[in-house]
Amino acid sequence: MATKGIVKGIVSNLVTVEVDDPVSQNEICYISVGGVRLMAEVIKVIGNNAYVQVFESTRGMKVGDEAEFMGHMLEVTLGPGMLSANYDGLQNDLDKMEGVFLQRGDYTYALNDEKQWDFKPIAEPGDKVRAGGWLGEVDENFQPHKIMVPFAWEGTYTVKSVVPEGKYVVTDTVAVVIAEDGTEKPVTMIQRWPVKKAVTCYREKPRPYKLLETGVRTIDTVNPIVEGGTGFIPGPFGTGKTVLQHAISKQAEADIVIIAACGERANEVVEIFAEFPHLVDPHTGRKLMERTIIIANTSNMPVAAREASVYTAMTIAEYYRTMGLKVLLMADSTSRWAQALREMSNRLEELPGPDAFPMDLSAIVANFYARAGYVELNNGQSGSVTFIGTVSPAGGNLKEPVTENTKKVARCFYALEQERADRKRYPAVNPIDSYSKYLEYPEFQNYIANHISPTWIEKVNEIKTRMLRGKEIAEQINILGDDGVPVEYHIVFWKSELIDFVILQQDAFDDIDAVTPLNRQEFMLNKIVEICRTEFNFETFTEVMEYFKNMINIFKQMNYSVYESEQFNNFNEQLDALVAERAEK
Amino acid sequence: MATKAFQKIYTKITQITKATCSLRATGVGYDELASVDGKLAQVVKIIGDEVTLQVFSGTEGIRTNAEVVFMGKAPTLKVSEQLAGRFFNAYGDPIDGGPVPEGKEVEIGGPSVNPVRRKQPSELIATGIAGIDLNNTLVTGQKIPFFADPDQPFNQVMAMVALRAESDKIILGGMGMTNDDYLFFKNTFSNAGALDRIVSFINTTEDPSVERILIPDMALTAAEYFAVEKNEKVLVLLTDMTNYADALAIVSNRMDQIPSKDSMPGSLYSDLAKIYEKAVQFPAGGSITIIAVTTLSGGDITHAVPDNTGYITEGQLYLRRDSDIGKVIVDPFRSLSRLKQLVTGKKTREDHPQVMNAAVRLYADAANAKTKMENGFDLTDYDTRTLSFAKEYSDKLLAIDVNLDTTQMLDVAWGLFGEYFTPAEVNIKQELVEKYWNN
Repeated sequence: MATKGIVKGIVSNLVTVEVDDPVSQNEICYISVGGVRLMAEVIKVIGNNAYVQVFESTRGMKVGDEAEFMGHMLEVTLGPGMLSANYDGLQNDLDKMEGVFLQRGDYTYALNDEKQWDFKPIAEPGDKVRAGGWLGEVDENFQPHKIMVPFAWEGTYTVKSVVPEGKYVVTDTVAVVIAEDGTEKPVTMIQRWPVKKAVTCYREKPRPYKLLETGVRTIDTVNPIVEGGTGFIPGPFGTGKTVLQHAISKQAEADIVIIAACGERANEVVEIFAEFPHLVDPHTGRKLMERTIIIANTSNMPVAAREASVYTAMTIAEYYRTMGLKVLLMADSTSRWAQALREMSNRLEELPGPDAFPMDLSAIVANFYARAGYVELNNGQSGSVTFIGTVSPAGGNLKEPVTENTKKVARCFYALEQERADRKRYPAVNPIDSYSKYLEYPEFQNYIANHISPTWIEKVNEIKTRMLRGKEIAEQINILGDDGVPVEYHIVFWKSELIDFVILQQDAFDDIDAVTPLNRQEFMLNKIVEICRTEFNFETFTEVMEYFKNMINIFKQMNYSVYESEQFNNFNEQLDALVAERAEK
Repeated sequence: MATKAFQKIYTKITQITKATCSLRATGVGYDELASVDGKLAQVVKIIGDEVTLQVFSGTEGIRTNAEVVFMGKAPTLKVSEQLAGRFFNAYGDPIDGGPVPEGKEVEIGGPSVNPVRRKQPSELIATGIAGIDLNNTLVTGQKIPFFADPDQPFNQVMAMVALRAESDKIILGGMGMTNDDYLFFKNTFSNAGALDRIVSFINTTEDPSVERILIPDMALTAAEYFAVEKNEKVLVLLTDMTNYADALAIVSNRMDQIPSKDSMPGSLYSDLAKIYEKAVQFPAGGSITIIAVTTLSGGDITHAVPDNTGYITEGQLYLRRDSDIGKVIVDPFRSLSRLKQLVTGKKTREDHPQVMNAAVRLYADAANAKTKMENGFDLTDYDTRTLSFAKEYSDKLLAIDVNLDTTQMLDVAWGLFGEYFTPAEVNIKQELVEKYWNN
C-alpha cells in the first residue's frame, strides 16, 4: 500500500508534505494539483513532515493537495531504443510530447513498447551469470545492444533458457534464469535503475590508458584524453566552451555519445537536433544521431530536474558501458547543476558554504566524476565512460567552488582563456595552464609508443616547453621593446607562434580543418618540431617576423587542404623550400 | 478592483514587513494574485494556513484590518490585436488614457517551449550597423544584451536597431526607465510612424521598484501571442535588466533568503534564463528576438548580473567611445553574436566569416602597436600600417552611425585590406583572396 500525504506548506518548488506512513529519503512522489500529477523527490524528513522538491512549477498548488509516494527513488528505464532519443532531465521522451509548449505534468515513456527488435541469444542454458551478464543482443542503430541480467539482481544465476533468434518487443521475456534458492526469474529487455546509484557490474576498474581520438589537435596532440578518462573545460562566457564541446561530441571516436545539456541555452540543443541527423560520424560513416542520446534540460526548464539530468545521463552511460561499449558523456554545464543544488540548499535554509553553495558540493562533484572510468567486465570484455564536463565560472574567476572542486577530481584540464578568445585564437584553450595527467601515466606512454610513435610524448613535451618559453619572451619584448632583446629571442618567440597558429588553433567551422585524424596530427607534429629544431639565420627581428608570418600563412593554407592531396603536397614543398632558404647549413 | 459576491474577504493581517504581509487563509493556491486594500499582491509562501503575500507596490499604509481578496489566478494579461500601439504599466493596465483592451486572458510567465519543437534560427536581422551586421550578425530567435555603462547611448542605439530591423511587432519592456527615456522612445517611435506596431510595458523610476519584476513576463506574454497566434516576427526590447535584477534582490532580501554573489539571489541564473529563453524561432514562422540592456557598474562584467546574463544570452554587444575618431563604436573585441555563423557566409556573401575575423585580428594587432607606441617603443612599418588601418576601420565600419548593407561592408573591408596590407598579412583562404582582393 503506497504511502499518502497531504501538502502543508509551499515555498517555490519546495513543498512540505505531512505523512503518517514511512517514507524514504529521495523517494519519488506525485502531488495532484488541479487534476495534474506533479513529480517530486523527498530531500529532507523531519518528524511527520517530508520536504519534497517538485520537478515542475508549483503554481496553483494548495494546502490540502494530495501526495502519493511511489516507494522507489528517481529511476530511469533502460532498454533498446534510447539511441537517437531526446529526453528531458527525468528521461521523458520530448518527441512524444504534444504541442509547442511543455505542459506541466506531461510525462512520457522513454522506450517504445511496440517496436520489434532482432534478438540473438548469447548465453546458453546452464551458463552462470550475474547482474550485468550478457544474455543476448539486439541490433540498435548498428550497435550490439546487450540484453543483460538486471543490475539490481544480487547473487549468481543459472540460465534456464534463452529465446531463439527472432523478433521481440522490449516487454517480451527473452530469458529465464534460476536464482541460487531455485526461484525462476524471467528477464525482459527492460530494467530500471535509480540514477543516484553507480552501476558497478564489472570486475575491475584499472587506470585508463587508451587514447580517445577527438580530432581536435589541442586535445589529442597536446593534452590527450583517454577512454574512460575525465576532463573538464572551464571558461568565461564567449570563450568557445560549447563550440569545443560540440566538436568533441561530433568527432570523438566513441561508440555512444551522450550529451547532457544541463541548464544551458535551448538554441544550442536545437543546433544539435538540427545538425546531428545530417552529420556523418567520421569513424563509421553513419549518421551522428544514430549513436547519440540527448538529455536536454535547458536553463528555462525546471531547476530540480536539472540536477537529475546529469545523473540520468550518467546512468544511461553506465548501462551502455556494461555492454562493452565506449561511451562518451558530455555535460554542459556542471556549474548549472551546482547552482540547482545551491537553490535547493538555500530554500532548505541550510548553512551555506563558499559562495552560498552547499557544504557537501565537493563530495557531490567527486562522487559524480568517480562514476566515469574504464572497466573490465565480468566476462573479460572492456567498456568505458569518458566524462567531459564544462564549468562556467562566475566572473571567469577560476578560484570559485565549482572549478576548484572539479579540478581536484578531473584528470584533464582545458582552460579556456578570455584573452585568447578576444584575439580570436580558437579553440581558446590556454596551452600553458591546461594539462592532461594521462601524459604522465606509464600505461598511456606505452600505448602511445606502440600505437603512434616512441618519440611522440617527447615531442609533445617539447612543444609545450617551447610555448612556455615563447610566452616568457613575449613578456620580455613587451617590457624591453623589439630592439631590447636579441634576434634569437624573436626566433624562439616566432617558433612558439608557429606552434600556436598551426597546431593549437583550429577552424571548427571549416570542413577539413575541423577534424584532424591522428596520422595527420602526427605528420604536423613531426613537421613543426623539425622546423622548431632548425637553426635559422636572420639579421633583424623584422626579417624574423615576416619570414614566420609567411610560413604560418602557408601552413594555414595547408591545414585547409585535403591531407596528402596535390594541393597539400604543393604547400608542403613550398614549406621545405622556405625552410631551406634560411636554415643554417 | 471590483469584488465578486462569492469571494471571501479576509480582514486580519498578522504580519507586515516592507514588502510582504501575512494572514491566515485557506484554499489559496501558490503564485495566486490577491488584492490588499486594492493593492496588487502575489502569494509567495504558504505554511499551513499562514499565507505570505508580496505586495508589489510596497506595504506603506497597509492596515492590519486591510481587506484581502484572493483572485484564484496568477497574474494575467488580456491579449489581442488591440494591444498594438498601446502603452501599459507593469500590471498591463493602460497608461496612455486609452480604453482597456479586450482579449483572451492568459497567465503571464507561461510554460517553456519544448526544445525539440524549436526551429534553428536562420534569418538574419539586418541593422545597417557594421559593428553588428558584419562582426556580430543578429538572427531571429536570438537573445542578446547591450552591456553598457549608464552614460552610454544604449537606448538610442536600441531604438535605431528596432526601427531598422525588419519585424512585425516591437514590444518594449521598460524597467526603472527615467521618464525622459520613456518619452524618448515614445517620440522616436511615433516620429518614425511605427507606433501601430509597438506595444510598451513601462515601469518608470517613479513607480514602485518591485512592480518591475512583472514587466518582462508581461512583455513576453504579449510577444508570444503575436509570435504563436499570428506567426509574426516579434522583437522584444528589455531595458534595463539590471534594474530588474535589483528588484529581485530586494524581494529575496525581504524574504530572508541567503544572498549569493553580489547580494543577488541564488536563483538569479534561473530567473534571468526564464526570461531570455523565451526568445525562440517557432516552427510555424513566428519568432521572438530579445534585445536587452544590462547596465554595468564601472564596466565590471564579473558582477553577478552581467556575468549570469552572459552565460544565458547568445552573445553580447559592447559600446565604446573611440577617442581616435571621436565616435561611439561597437567594440569588436568583446562583442559577440553566438548565432552569427548560422547566417554569415550563408545568407551573406561567402567571404563574410573570414573577412570579419581577419579585420578583427588586424585591429587587435593595432591595439598591440598602440600599447607599444604609448610605452615609447619604435614602431615597425607593419605597426604603423595597422594603426592607420584601425582608424579607418573604426570610422568606416565600427561607428554606430554607419548604415550599409553587408555586401557593401565586405567591399569596404577588402578595400582597407588592399590599401594597408599584403595578402600574406591578411591571412585569408587563397581562393577568396584571388576573387576579392583589389576588386
